[in-house]
Amino acid sequence: MAFRHILQLASLAIVFAAVVLWLITGANRGWTKTSEPKRTLDEVTGIEGITYEKRYRPGCDFLGAALLGAGILATASLLFRKQPTPNRPA
Amino acid sequence: MKKQLSTLCAIVAVCGATLAAPQTFDFKDPKGVNNAVFKLDAPLEAITGSANGISGKVTFDPANPAVTKGKIVVAAASLHVPNSMMKEHLHGGQWMDVAKNPELTFEAKELKNVKTTGDKTSADAAGTLTLKGVAREVTVPVTLTYLKDKLSQRVPNLKGDLLVVRASFTVKRSDYGINPGAPEEKVSDTIDLTLSIAGAAVR
Repeated sequence: MAFRHILQLASLAIVFAAVVLWLITGANRGWTKTSEPKRTLDEVTGIEGITYEKRYRPGCDFLGAALLGAGILATASLLFRKQPTPNRPA
Repeated sequence: MKKQLSTLCAIVAVCGATLAAPQTFDFKDPKGVNNAVFKLDAPLEAITGSANGISGKVTFDPANPAVTKGKIVVAAASLHVPNSMMKEHLHGGQWMDVAKNPELTFEAKELKNVKTTGDKTSADAAGTLTLKGVAREVTVPVTLTYLKDKLSQRVPNLKGDLLVVRASFTVKRSDYGINPGAPEEKVSDTIDLTLSIAGAAVR
């Protein structure tokens, strides 16, 4: 397989993997989050306590970075164009 | 008989004075529920976070809430946002400079416009708010809820009262030198602050 095809496939794989990961983690349209708030009600005082749980939720910045990386690979693939074969004399 | 009566009167007077005396509430919450929430508008998503490293003491007299005074301290290192890179920036020199300014404080000097209904008192707390080392005089609307004898429900084996303090107000980050270079199109100058804290007075 030509190197340019490998780069093109890699760029497609990156876009696909990024979109799938983004969708299965809840399609977060904000910034990427590495932790999420968990609220618990203190029944005596009525105060909602906030603790954070580690959880990775990719956001729009993650999608943007993945698309940028895929674009760079796809552009790089153009540098490896197929060399035209010289015409053979009849 | 006279002697017994005078002794009884003395006991009642001492008890009355004790009950009417201002109580000091400690806001270092063993349950870690106390929190301060902050919010700044930004184009993609509002930046919302919280801090739970709260301590401080408030003197409150249930019979005369107007004389309430005290100081609430928030440990700057406990400021948290859900994005780890944003948190790094928040703690850094341009934003809160946590290394140089480890505490955010509000010192209440007097309460104005005090209105009490039952156990709930609403007022405007005038005092000094210090953020990133910059101190400014502010007036903040607060609600105080006095929960008599409720401490044992939260912390078994301890008897005493609880004081719940809630406040919601806004500050301008430019007033406190908090990343003054950040354009308002990217992050708002206004910071919404919400404080929900409970203090305990052990008897």
